[in-house]
Amino acid sequence: MSDIAAKTPPMPGALALFWRSFAENRGAVVGLAIMGILIAVSILADVISLHSPIEQFRESFLIPPIWQEGGEWSFPLGTDDVGRDMLSRLIYGARLSLIIGFSVASLALLTGTTLGLTAAFAGGIVDIVIMRLMDVLLVFPSLLLAIVIVAILGPGLFNAMLAVVVVTLPGYTRLARASALAELARDYVTATRSAGAGTLRLMFDVVLPNCAAPLIVQVSLGFAVAILDAAALGFLGLGAQPPTPEWGTMLSGALQFYQRAWWVLALPGFAILFTVLAFNLVGDGLRDALDPKLKR
Amino acid sequence: MVRSMFRFLFRRIALIVPTFIGVTFMAFLLIHLVPGDPIEARVGERGIAPERLAELRHEFGYDLPMWQQFFKYEVQIVKGDLGMSVVTQQSVWHEFITLFPATVELSIAAILFAMLIGLPMGVIAAVRRGSAFDYGLMGMSVTGASMPIFWWGLMMILIFSVTLGITPVSGRISDAFFVEPWSGFMLIDCYWSEDEGACSSAWSHMILPMIVLGTIPLAIIARMTRSSMLEVLNEDYVRTARAKGLSTPRVVIVHALRNALIPVVTVIGLSVSGLLGGAILTETIFSWPGVGHWLVESIARRDYPVLQGGSLLIAVLVIMVNLGVDLLYGFLNPRIRR
Repeated sequence: MSDIAAKTPPMPGALALFWRSFAENRGAVVGLAIMGILIAVSILADVISLHSPIEQFRESFLIPPIWQEGGEWSFPLGTDDVGRDMLSRLIYGARLSLIIGFSVASLALLTGTTLGLTAAFAGGIVDIVIMRLMDVLLVFPSLLLAIVIVAILGPGLFNAMLAVVVVTLPGYTRLARASALAELARDYVTATRSAGAGTLRLMFDVVLPNCAAPLIVQVSLGFAVAILDAAALGFLGLGAQPPTPEWGTMLSGALQFYQRAWWVLALPGFAILFTVLAFNLVGDGLRDALDPKLKR
Repeated sequence: MVRSMFRFLFRRIALIVPTFIGVTFMAFLLIHLVPGDPIEARVGERGIAPERLAELRHEFGYDLPMWQQFFKYEVQIVKGDLGMSVVTQQSVWHEFITLFPATVELSIAAILFAMLIGLPMGVIAAVRRGSAFDYGLMGMSVTGASMPIFWWGLMMILIFSVTLGITPVSGRISDAFFVEPWSGFMLIDCYWSEDEGACSSAWSHMILPMIVLGTIPLAIIARMTRSSMLEVLNEDYVRTARAKGLSTPRVVIVHALRNALIPVVTVIGLSVSGLLGGAILTETIFSWPGVGHWLVESIARRDYPVLQGGSLLIAVLVIMVNLGVDLLYGFLNPRIRR
């Protein structure tokens, strides 16, 4: 997050202030560091991974990690049941997870913000219809709704991602609507409107930037939810399909090896946990830094 | 006072009607959007003569315009008919109500576990704000909230069932015991079982799923209790209580905690939806015979009426619980009644 802001500094003072406030939260800094490592790993995946994530070594089934007896240097974290290198699969899994998080969070943000702003500006029947629709989506447990959507569309990574977008949509919509309604009552909006600004300009150019803080926090937490839900769908066999190196999918077939090969079971989960944790920590830090009212 | 309460009640119930119609519409869409003809799916691989297909389509009303079909479906639901499972040919309602107690038992156990540990931890962290305990708990809390619980369940099995061999891997009770399903809650019914050790078997089956499903609520409750306590501890009435010379435990438990609990209880009530979502994963991992496991299986079997009816029932349940929480909150806190 910080390096995005660094490219377009609005004014140096504000940025430094933001960073000081963000860095006060040590957890958030740790989260940012993990995020940095994940981004680096996913960009360099082709360079740093020893093997292809889907290449099967027929002689090397269920080789343990190097620190255990029988480990081999060519497979630092061992191999899975069909002889694929765990480390390479985890590395490519990081790339996939970040892509999933980014696509889902940005699509949900875009759609949700548009819907929320429309509801706030239009009011009346449009507002009622949009918000009732969001209520309906919220009534289903999110994983159940995602499962139903995938059942309709058919299993697969893309459909699973669409399902997670739909499931996370109400959060963004409600947030955008609530903050837009609060801004609409302000004098500067009235002033801009009487100066002749059109509705679209008012929506996206005038009001939206002032609703950005809570939405930015929501995006960071939305990244975490997207990665977690997509992995859960993968685990249930409804998300990415084998041999795709998706962390949740890697776990779905692993249960049968729990007596012989703990690493097949344990490692993908640690990867999910640390990634989700990093985004949650950064989200908390952003909330503290951007919205002092919500502190704690 | 009574009138405002009634107005509040009425308005909240009126708000449910469109949500309910929307939810049934989603369920209705499910059957019509899944690939394949519902009749052909029911007949299976054997195939069917085109004339017979048309006849059946007419019989089930699939040849009517969509809005008429939806209306028919709505009437059917209000009458309590949720359709039949394609696989077992049993009514969806019957299957749901047979399996539901297992899910309720697991969810109640999980939320009690979460409260039993989360509440005291949150209180201690708030009282000792800034201590190592406080930081440790907050770190654990954000970790718990980030937990992929399907993996967490696998890890618990790996550690406690496989490595240490102290807990069973799946199910609600060992096959060796026969327990008459009286309340549907294994931990209650086992007391009436003739077999020695039925209850300890039921408990040993419950412990891991309970912890796994309770982990995220535990993280949320601990965090919520802490922040709610921190707020209350600064209030005047707490300072007054301290100034009166009351002991710290008395101030914290009697004066502060009681008021801090209101938002916590609301959060617990609203977590029912998340709990049911978590139950889907937990039940799948531990082969727990509840509705979550049943729904996941229904997808593999392409048993869409089950998925449709089951999701609808769960959504209605969540609507009801949310209404209950809202009403309770309005009752406790007159300010939000407006």
